[in-house]
Amino acid sequence: MGEIDIFSLGFVLSALRVSTPLIFAAQAGLLSEKSGVVQIGLEGFMLAGAFSGAVFAHITHSSYLGFLMAFMCGAFASLLFSLLVVRLKTDAIVAGTGFNFLMMGLIPFLTKFIFNSTGSTPPIPIELRLSYEVTAFAFAVVIGIYFLISKTRWGYWIQFAGEYPDGLTACGVSVEKVRWISVFLCGGLAALGGASLSLFLSSAYSPLMTGGRGFIALSALILGKWKPVPTLVGCLVFGIFDALQIRLQGVPINGFIIPVQWIQILPYVLTIVLLAGFFGRSQAPAYLGKR
Amino acid sequence: MKSFFGFLFGLFCALMIVLLAGENPLHILEILIRSSFGSKYDFGLTLFYMTSLIFTGLSVSTAFKSGLFNIGAEGQLNFSALCMVVFATSYPGITFPGSLLMILLVGILSGAIWGAIPGLLKAYRGSHEVIVTMMLNFVSAGISSYFISQKLQNPDSQNPESAVISDAFRTNSFDFLNKLLPESPVNLFFIIAILTAVGMYFFFTKSVLGYEMIAVGENPSAAERASISSKKFVVISLVLSGVLASGAGMNEVIGYSGQYKIGFSPEFGFMGIAVALMSNNHPLGIIANAFIMSLFHKGASDLDIETETITKDFSKIIQAMVLFGVGLQYYLNKYGVNFGFFKKKKINSSGNM
Repeated sequence: MGEIDIFSLGFVLSALRVSTPLIFAAQAGLLSEKSGVVQIGLEGFMLAGAFSGAVFAHITHSSYLGFLMAFMCGAFASLLFSLLVVRLKTDAIVAGTGFNFLMMGLIPFLTKFIFNSTGSTPPIPIELRLSYEVTAFAFAVVIGIYFLISKTRWGYWIQFAGEYPDGLTACGVSVEKVRWISVFLCGGLAALGGASLSLFLSSAYSPLMTGGRGFIALSALILGKWKPVPTLVGCLVFGIFDALQIRLQGVPINGFIIPVQWIQILPYVLTIVLLAGFFGRSQAPAYLGKR
Repeated sequence: MKSFFGFLFGLFCALMIVLLAGENPLHILEILIRSSFGSKYDFGLTLFYMTSLIFTGLSVSTAFKSGLFNIGAEGQLNFSALCMVVFATSYPGITFPGSLLMILLVGILSGAIWGAIPGLLKAYRGSHEVIVTMMLNFVSAGISSYFISQKLQNPDSQNPESAVISDAFRTNSFDFLNKLLPESPVNLFFIIAILTAVGMYFFFTKSVLGYEMIAVGENPSAAERASISSKKFVVISLVLSGVLASGAGMNEVIGYSGQYKIGFSPEFGFMGIAVALMSNNHPLGIIANAFIMSLFHKGASDLDIETETITKDFSKIIQAMVLFGVGLQYYLNKYGVNFGFFKKKKINSSGNM
């Protein structure tokens, strides 16, 4: 492959870097979808997290605090989503689309209001930028969610809320309560994905910086068949694609330049192919999106 | 008018946000009106946006009618715009009447293909159309970015856009509507959009195909027993949806600029969702609501200039609020909270999101 050494440590690290936001967001989506709430608002939560993380890191001069506040902001933003979807039974796809729009519209409004800028936040000093501890934390989250889903009573409740909510009701557990809490955690985690974009991959919020990563995370979730560890693998695969695409820009392989766009659309094409059941069926929770 | 509450709710919330930011809501409304009707150019631009929104609104609502959610109108209009430009640049020699016919055909076919993919996958492989259309949006964005940057880049321009296609493929030489509002981008496709909307109204109320399509949306298993193949109509409905979305691409390429510009559509496909939901999928309501949305879209860019705190993304907030409001409307209807003048309408499950 010439100059591109994909087995070098540098490449592995860059693949891990770019997959970190995806890991958070995909695990967030998993929590929400497992509990039966269709989650296409991941992009919006990520934007909220990227923005609030950058703002609080700038104000408090501590990116750890920014990271924490991103979780809080995402989680509390999710309350609006839950109110609409879980409580008032709005269609989750409509509400999710609306939620993405709301974040895209609200954030420029807030940046203009707070910083009087056209959409970016002031950058944090380079030494404040987070490092690979975020990636480590992302892996810890995956392990945590794996145990939560498959080993704890709460996890079973979440699964029941998505697979057979009437059964959960019959056991005397409120389906709504389980979904509220799942979506709350989902909002927070997805926001952490956004915050790792603005505090780890870069050092400020720039307009629409998530660039469709919320949807790639959703693809990874579908590729991972709604299971925590395969979803993680999906995220890593997309991370490798992303890192590869950065490396391959303008580099000829056997005299042929692979256009970056081909690699960029690969996750989406893979998702469509997988959803069509050509690599074994991807099984969604039975009650996903049903009321 | 059932969804009118949703719209009012959305507008109210958006104006509350404006109030929080310390602007006078009445002043905002005044700017919105002035920006949309202020001059011939402004009005033409509003109508131009309206044209695209009618097409995407019809596209989304046609899928809704048969119980499908097409959030891929954005990808469909992008893909068809790209295909038209690719076609026109590959065969520049075709002469006038045929050329226009051919490019229209290419636009319709490409929209149909981009709609058929989710349709066929949904009908025969059971993939969820929301995910497939969403992914296809990104795929078509990637494909067009590839073509524009690698193959079709306009050598005279720094912007990522294709070269302008020859006049034989465009309507501007005989466009009387454009003559009325000179310099503005409004074009013949405005009239075509209105006619299409009226046509869709008759299609759904008077034709067998339209009736069967609604039947599938209302209750697929009942339709199946009445020997209406729901699989067939899933495909037909999404193909039709793709064709309607391609109208927004034609509005840009054939009617106005004659080139593919990256980002020419400010997410018309997604605005179409709001338009379709606001009008409860009624084709004639779509005309009215497309006008309202285009008014906000046009106005928001002027709000950016004329106020301290409002940005041009303000129309996104309004759209979000409208989507939430329309979603809530369903709840209110279903659980019997109703307002006097909405009472007579029965709950129509074709709009049951």
